[in-house]
Amino acid sequence: MSDVSLRDWLLTDAPQTRRQARLGAFYQGWLVFRSNHLALLGLVILVLLVGTAIFAPWIAPQSPFAQDLADRLQPPSAEHWLGTDALGRDILSRLIWGSRITLFIVGTVALISPLIGLLIGTVAGFAGGWVDQVLMRITDIFLAFPKLILALAFVAALGPSVTNAVLALALTGWPPYARLARAETLTIRNADFIAAARMQGASAPRLLILHIWPLCLSSLIVRVALDMAGIILSAAGLGFLGLGAQPPAPEWGAMISDGRTYILDHWWVAAMPGIAIFLVSLAFNFLGDGLRDVLDPKGAGE
Amino acid sequence: MSLETAQVPGPQSRSRSPAWRRLRGVGGVLLSLVLTMLGLLLVTFIIGRVMPIDPVLKVVGERATQAQYDAARQAMGLDQPLVIQFLRYIGDVLQGDFGRSISTGHPVAEDLRRVFPATLELASLGTLIGVVIGVPLGVVAAANRGRWIDQVARVVALVGYSVPIFWLGLMGLLVFYGILGWVGGPGRQGILFDGMVETRTGLMLLDTALAGDWPAFRDAFSHIILPASLLGYFSLAYISRMTRSFMLEQLSAEYITTARVKGLPEWRVVWGHAFRNIAIPLITVIALSFGSLLEGSVLTEIIFSWPGIGSYITKALLAGDMNAVLGGTVVVGTCFVVLNLLSDILYRVLDPRSK
Amino acid sequence: MTLSFSARALLLASALALAPAAYAETPAHTLVVAAQIDDIISLDPAQSFEFSGNDVTQNLYDRLVDFDALDLSKGYQPSLAESWQMSSDGLTLTLTMREGVTFQSGNPVRAEDAAWSLQRMVKLNKTPAFILTQFGFTPENVDQMITAEGRTLTLRLDKPYAQSFVLNCLAASNAAVIDKETVMANAQGDDLGNAWLSTNGAGSGPYSLAAWRPNEVVQLVANDGYWGGAPAMKRVIVRNVQESSAQRLQLEAGDIDVARNLTPTDVDALAGNPAIKFSEELKGRILYMGLNQKDPLLSQPPVIEAMKYLVDYAGMEASFLKGQWKTHQAFLPEGYLGALEEDPWTYDVEKARKILTDAGITSGTVTTKVRDIREYLDVAQSLQNAMAQVGLTLEIEQMTGAQVLDAYRAREVPIFLGEWGPDYADPQTNAGTFAYNPDNSDEAGLTGLLAWRNAYAVPADMNAAVDAATVEQDTEKRRQMYVDLQKRYQAEAPIIPLFQRVARDGMQANVQNWSTGGSVISAPYKQVTKGE
Repeated sequence: MSDVSLRDWLLTDAPQTRRQARLGAFYQGWLVFRSNHLALLGLVILVLLVGTAIFAPWIAPQSPFAQDLADRLQPPSAEHWLGTDALGRDILSRLIWGSRITLFIVGTVALISPLIGLLIGTVAGFAGGWVDQVLMRITDIFLAFPKLILALAFVAALGPSVTNAVLALALTGWPPYARLARAETLTIRNADFIAAARMQGASAPRLLILHIWPLCLSSLIVRVALDMAGIILSAAGLGFLGLGAQPPAPEWGAMISDGRTYILDHWWVAAMPGIAIFLVSLAFNFLGDGLRDVLDPKGAGE
Repeated sequence: MSLETAQVPGPQSRSRSPAWRRLRGVGGVLLSLVLTMLGLLLVTFIIGRVMPIDPVLKVVGERATQAQYDAARQAMGLDQPLVIQFLRYIGDVLQGDFGRSISTGHPVAEDLRRVFPATLELASLGTLIGVVIGVPLGVVAAANRGRWIDQVARVVALVGYSVPIFWLGLMGLLVFYGILGWVGGPGRQGILFDGMVETRTGLMLLDTALAGDWPAFRDAFSHIILPASLLGYFSLAYISRMTRSFMLEQLSAEYITTARVKGLPEWRVVWGHAFRNIAIPLITVIALSFGSLLEGSVLTEIIFSWPGIGSYITKALLAGDMNAVLGGTVVVGTCFVVLNLLSDILYRVLDPRSK
Repeated sequence: MTLSFSARALLLASALALAPAAYAETPAHTLVVAAQIDDIISLDPAQSFEFSGNDVTQNLYDRLVDFDALDLSKGYQPSLAESWQMSSDGLTLTLTMREGVTFQSGNPVRAEDAAWSLQRMVKLNKTPAFILTQFGFTPENVDQMITAEGRTLTLRLDKPYAQSFVLNCLAASNAAVIDKETVMANAQGDDLGNAWLSTNGAGSGPYSLAAWRPNEVVQLVANDGYWGGAPAMKRVIVRNVQESSAQRLQLEAGDIDVARNLTPTDVDALAGNPAIKFSEELKGRILYMGLNQKDPLLSQPPVIEAMKYLVDYAGMEASFLKGQWKTHQAFLPEGYLGALEEDPWTYDVEKARKILTDAGITSGTVTTKVRDIREYLDVAQSLQNAMAQVGLTLEIEQMTGAQVLDAYRAREVPIFLGEWGPDYADPQTNAGTFAYNPDNSDEAGLTGLLAWRNAYAVPADMNAAVDAATVEQDTEKRRQMYVDLQKRYQAEAPIIPLFQRVARDGMQANVQNWSTGGSVISAPYKQVTKGE
């Protein structure tokens, strides 16, 4: 099959199979996405990040932990491309290894938070009545709570570690998703196809999982993509306050925190992890913005 | 602080109802407000009690003997069952007594009267900057969708979402204070002006203006402008993005096409028609952005030695100073809930579709 | 808070004279200090036990005896007490009060106020109370043991303590002489004025309290009628500035006179600036490593011995501790009677490895809690790195001060890295906590003692030696007793002193006589002047 005919096959107005229709829709989305250069750039950066994380042991020029007090706070040079930190560790190597921690945090939070939100929001919207009232009051309470403080409290209660930081961010991040999912559920719960499924004797959980969840997903995904940067910055904030990864783990936020003392004279110590965080969250934002154009026709105004 | 997660209420099912039902709606909102506040208190209280940070140690310090420790614990009422502690606390709060902070030695109410206006002032100016720049930026971006100005607006906003704030803060301090000397340094006012102007509102700009003390006003302004601009940038990012997407929605509506067909100039279509219609959701967005700034930006406050509520609560939390944390959370939570309520009421009152 | 009218006028004048300029300068008679003062929780001398709080009470109050800020080595000098006399049996100390001194309220300073202040400290029984109760005072007997008659104050002790020991304790900032009438007028219930005095001052010191806004500022106004002469600085403003970089920028801009929390890098960067100079003062604080003897690994003598060689003393002193800490391996800080100035250990991984392998130890893991203070974490990571080279794994959990302290008091910190600051200017303040533990059982709950917290069962004869040193009247003999004690401690104790604090405050070149009180007292301001 030549390239052109594949394209035609994908873009046909009359798909022969369900699979062809799905792939076609996906391809159309990709075309919209691809036309957004910034989104593409974001995707490239993120692919690079994942690659870095996977191949960290082979890419990193030095050990991320090896100290050398005699060689501390060295500016970027041929030997240390991004300089060394206060304990004489190679910053580039630490950044490379740290990408694993960042990905772990972002990935896990981005998985757990929306799931909790989806569950609570759809149940509230679908069930209505007092269930809705109770769940939404709980959501409001968590929403009204100062977020960083709630996360701080969780981490302090559970003990500082990367896992607990992830847990704290996930537990504080779900309310907006719950609201979003509820709003979506409200608009579709009285739709005809739901009524039809109900008539066929579908149970409530079945309706929820098979019919409502899939329809809430696209708007949730957009929102998650746009929130990714926020998650990275929050995680960095926790690391900055010493509540995330523990020394000597090369978590980027903690690295900035380490470098903060030297910011005026040895700018690279804080700037390098700062730039890394900036690039990755920017990439997520570009990506999220592009995804919104694809998945959320309302926001894109198409 | 996190603007990203502030939530704009989606389209709500609004009752097309006579006045009495709307009134009942308001009553329901008030009830849910009370419930939310109570829940907030309970959650905070539980967090405070399960936290493995011992407030007694903050009071007695490092050298205390066991007997001194026990005496302090008893004096703080921590030997009572949790339920009794919570009821006592609620009772005190209802009488306006937030207790005494163990990390400042002052009554919490007094502390809050000092730290909250500091944050309020900073958040207000930050939001003002965000609105004054962000709204036109969003409108212009939407009106020129896909063109270079839209791309610039997009990058400006997304960069705003992505920069670690304390980095920007320290650099700003270095450049504008350290090197250029254009702005005042850390703190809310110059040391010479400290205590010169009578505290009326706690808002430095307002107090100095009320006193007619213009040098002090200028000084206070030179101190607030840098941190407020930073926060303003973040709220600008959010507000401009939201404005853009609201505008896009309006600009694709039929009445706009009609207006264009009628030959109205484009600027009138954009500003006169479309923009007027996004006013209400925009107010909600601004209120939410303002609300999240009111939480206090802990990192900004630390860098600028800004004695605000964010760093107050954080510090109290890490010391196990639960009276202060509870008091602070009540204030921040109330703001949030009230802002939500106000935008809700605005919806009900102003939105033509709900009439 | 309001200032007095004259101060207000003065400030207004100076403020107007100083319209915005690129390089500002603080007014000639105002001292502006930037420091981290968010640790203050009370200004009641009987309660205040934080560094910054004591810096304030040091200036609000006088004590019976005081140190001369311009020459701390002279030891305690007459202050509100003009003279004193120890009875021949060493059990009764009689002090004669200075005449004609008044409190800032205008009330005369009487022996009765002094007696009441000391009794109050014992009766309130807040944490600092031990400074007095170690002489046998209890809330029940203190009214009989400390008495006032006319100009005479009498202290009856339970043992014949060294006179210098007793007087050094009376020079502690907690033993301030407080205005009884003013405080009792503001007492609530039976709190002896504790709540009121927590946020107010009632002393006879060179400064009175104009304002204290927590986490923000402390403002002091000079007491022009001060009996020791009016201070040169009419107003002292201590601003809370958390970040060293911010303090540095303010110092460079001329907005402050003194910056108290500059990091070594910021000090280095300012070093070339002719407008700025630095103080260098040894403080009493000791950074030490406590090895918990409940830990199966750390309680083995070869491990204790090896750990002493796994600390990169010189490397840290030359890098991230530069200018702020100097290597010091004895528990008495330099500047104290009997302080040992021998540092027997150096960083020597090979030696540590040999000690361990000879004992058959090649691996092990310790998980410890470290307070989230940059320097401690850096020291911990350096140690972690060195331990890894001999097969020992150190896991670090960083926590807030309160959390670490909580675990430490419960004897649950395997390797403690942190500071100890002396409470008064006598060697007993450290000997009595590093090398004294009469009962090592959990039930004893001697949470105030470092030895107990590290589960270090101090040998009975070492306990006895510590006690004996407190009642030795001959100063030279007493000095030797402490030297011997520290040498033995270095040889066998699992608590390893590492560094002693050095204060490197940055200040404008015209600031004269700045002092943070050395290793013995808190920062006094009355002697500070500003030249041209």
